Amino acid sequence: MAFFDTIKNIDRRVIFLFIALSVIVPLLFNVIFPERITPIVQKIFDKIEALPEGSRVLISLDFDPSTAPEQEPMVDAVIYHCCQRNVKLYVMALWGAGQNIADATINRIITTHFPNKVYGVDYVHLGYKAGNQGLINVIITDMKKMYTTDVNGTQIDSIPMMRGVRSLKNMDLIAAFGGGFPGLKEWILFAGDPGNIPVAGGVTAVSAPLLYPYYPNQMLGMMGGIKGAAEYESELIRKYPDFEKMPHGGLEMMGPQAVAHVVIMLFIIIGNVTFFIDRKRKTRAN
Amino acid sequence: MQRRALVYLIGFIVLILAFVISMMARDSAVLEGFYITFGAFLTLCILSFLYKDNPFYKFAEHLFVGVSAAYWMSMGFWTTLIPNLIGRLHPPAVRLFLPAVADAEPNYWYLIPLALGIILLLRLSAKVGWISRWSLAFVVGTTAGLNFIRYMRSDFIGQIYNTINPLAVYSATDRSFMAMDSISAVVVFFGVFCGIVYFFFSKEHKGAFGAASRVGIYVLMVTFGAGFGYTVMARISLLVGRMRFLFDDWLGMIN
Amino acid sequence: MKRQVPLLITFIVGAVLVVAAFIPHNPFGRLGENFSLYFDIIAVFAFFLGGGNLVRIHSGRFFRGLKFYFMEIKKQGGFWPLKMLIAFPFYAMGGIEDRRGKDWFFSMVTLIGFFVMLWAGLFKIGNPGGWQGNVTAPGSLFQDFFMYVFTPLKATMYSLLAFFVASASYRAFRAKNKEATILLVTAFVILLGRTPAGYYVTFWLPDTLSFFQVPNLANWIMGVPNLAGQRAIIVGISLGVISMSLRVILGIERTYLGQDKD
Repeated sequence: MAFFDTIKNIDRRVIFLFIALSVIVPLLFNVIFPERITPIVQKIFDKIEALPEGSRVLISLDFDPSTAPEQEPMVDAVIYHCCQRNVKLYVMALWGAGQNIADATINRIITTHFPNKVYGVDYVHLGYKAGNQGLINVIITDMKKMYTTDVNGTQIDSIPMMRGVRSLKNMDLIAAFGGGFPGLKEWILFAGDPGNIPVAGGVTAVSAPLLYPYYPNQMLGMMGGIKGAAEYESELIRKYPDFEKMPHGGLEMMGPQAVAHVVIMLFIIIGNVTFFIDRKRKTRAN
Repeated sequence: MQRRALVYLIGFIVLILAFVISMMARDSAVLEGFYITFGAFLTLCILSFLYKDNPFYKFAEHLFVGVSAAYWMSMGFWTTLIPNLIGRLHPPAVRLFLPAVADAEPNYWYLIPLALGIILLLRLSAKVGWISRWSLAFVVGTTAGLNFIRYMRSDFIGQIYNTINPLAVYSATDRSFMAMDSISAVVVFFGVFCGIVYFFFSKEHKGAFGAASRVGIYVLMVTFGAGFGYTVMARISLLVGRMRFLFDDWLGMIN
Repeated sequence: MKRQVPLLITFIVGAVLVVAAFIPHNPFGRLGENFSLYFDIIAVFAFFLGGGNLVRIHSGRFFRGLKFYFMEIKKQGGFWPLKMLIAFPFYAMGGIEDRRGKDWFFSMVTLIGFFVMLWAGLFKIGNPGGWQGNVTAPGSLFQDFFMYVFTPLKATMYSLLAFFVASASYRAFRAKNKEATILLVTAFVILLGRTPAGYYVTFWLPDTLSFFQVPNLANWIMGVPNLAGQRAIIVGISLGVISMSLRVILGIERTYLGQDKD
């Protein structure tokens, strides 16, 4: 019973150690599992795959470093896919840190792997503007009221791919990546529904269950957490084998994810077993 | 206490020296090594909280607060205040920063947000802080006005529409009846109905109403269980991300 | 005056935005757009308000602590300027026991971090494009601080939650009754089903029982009962938002105005 009491009153730092090891060990051994895409993610893939060349896709990075490990793999995969499909990318952010992350992402994916893409013709970085849902409310009718220049200070009208773009209604797809406020939900409420614009995107796993009600009528598709990113990456590798040579954070993170989940489940089971044994002991004592 | 303080002191001196050296080596590749090491140091400072609260964690926490506030101020200033306020009120004033818009016509309506913004800043004063309510009222009014319509359309009418349409699902290609999808749609309909019944507290949960409420609770428990599962997944992902930074970017141990 | 003017502002702005949704033509459409634009600009002033408040609180704490520290050193006698310099780190690290001076050193850290980041950002230090460049351009000091100071701090703060969620689950997640058991079982299905482990647990099931394969079960749970429960919650919340928005616009809800003595 001393063993039982030890387990029952285990120091939380021991639990912390187990969690840390359950993440670190698979990471060091680089355990990667194959993934199968689910319908909710497949819809996004199919939509981008079906976009004709020259289509307009708005990418909104509405997250910060706190959720970047989940969101960056999704963003990388979608931007890679869009570049393969030769669609025009309009990159913006509703979160301040999204602008920093967008700069790094453009550098990492477009500049490095698609050097033939021309800034201002194939992609443009509009940057961050404050205002949350107020910003979306403005740009759904007039984008240039909000964006007088791009992030580098270039006059918006002098950017070739901004000619003919008056508002969000000129976009063929809005792909929003975020997990908090404002995020994908605000894009659905303030752009997708009122403007009848297809909205898809990726969210953190915390937010994913909350957005299922919008699928499929109000939201085309959704990548929920790192699992969604891994599914998209696996489909991308299947269709564009060159993507396998690039880092794919989603697939790489699923190994530690699986082990950590099993460890947490074991802890919950142990906790419940101790609870029931303890309850039985107390009942017997009474 | 004195020995512990000495250890902390040495730690901080090493840190400050490393930072100063890295600033001097601005153009060198060594700089990135120092930066990553500093980032790893801050990561370990925060993680040290798992053992117990300590000055390294406090240092990192307080640094985060200061850096975060300044970050948002800088971003707001350059991305919105300069181009969208000053660049509209008096375009020649931003010639040094945004020459592309310096020749535009001024728009004096933007005196309104300038005034409201300055009024908001008066909140810092105990004497005239009450006037910041005017700016707050504008913000609250805008949010209320926007949310009223959007939530009614997308979250109320839209969700009810999606619940009842369709209940009988037909294939988009050959118009054949899809039994499994229709059953799921009916289950969703009853689940939503029972869930809403549970939240109706103006009537006692008895009889058929109580039974529906009971079903609603079970549906909500499934919802919360799914939410918990996804929350664990999210938190673990963030931890994996940090461990990747430590073991890959910093130590280079991952193949 | 102190309450009437804000209530009038709220009513006008809110009403215009509601009407603009139904009458998008001038003047309502244009007014609605302009109000949203002004809202975006005022939001930035809120960042400055937050920063200003932070400086006010932490500088107050710092100078109070410094004053108290100075008094402590002087009380001990001797050549106090040298003593103050040498003893400073020990007092700072050990903390001053008196409440008046507690954690003042860390307030200094906050202020230093704040002003250094502000200097790097507002003056675009090291920016490849100079004054005209993108403030977050790679190579600028601001972007470097973002990548190597802000990012590790913010990301690690949130990653701590992984440990706490595990510890809390062990201590508190108990199948005490039917509802808790349903919650637990669902959580297990999702935890397994959303990882490769779920596939390996039940891949051997025949096609006729494929519904019970954990990943398929997890998908069904997300798409049917979870959807139903979330939709019920969303409808409830939307009714709350609609009624609260109406109350705010009509001036029935006034808590955002604060106390009368404010």
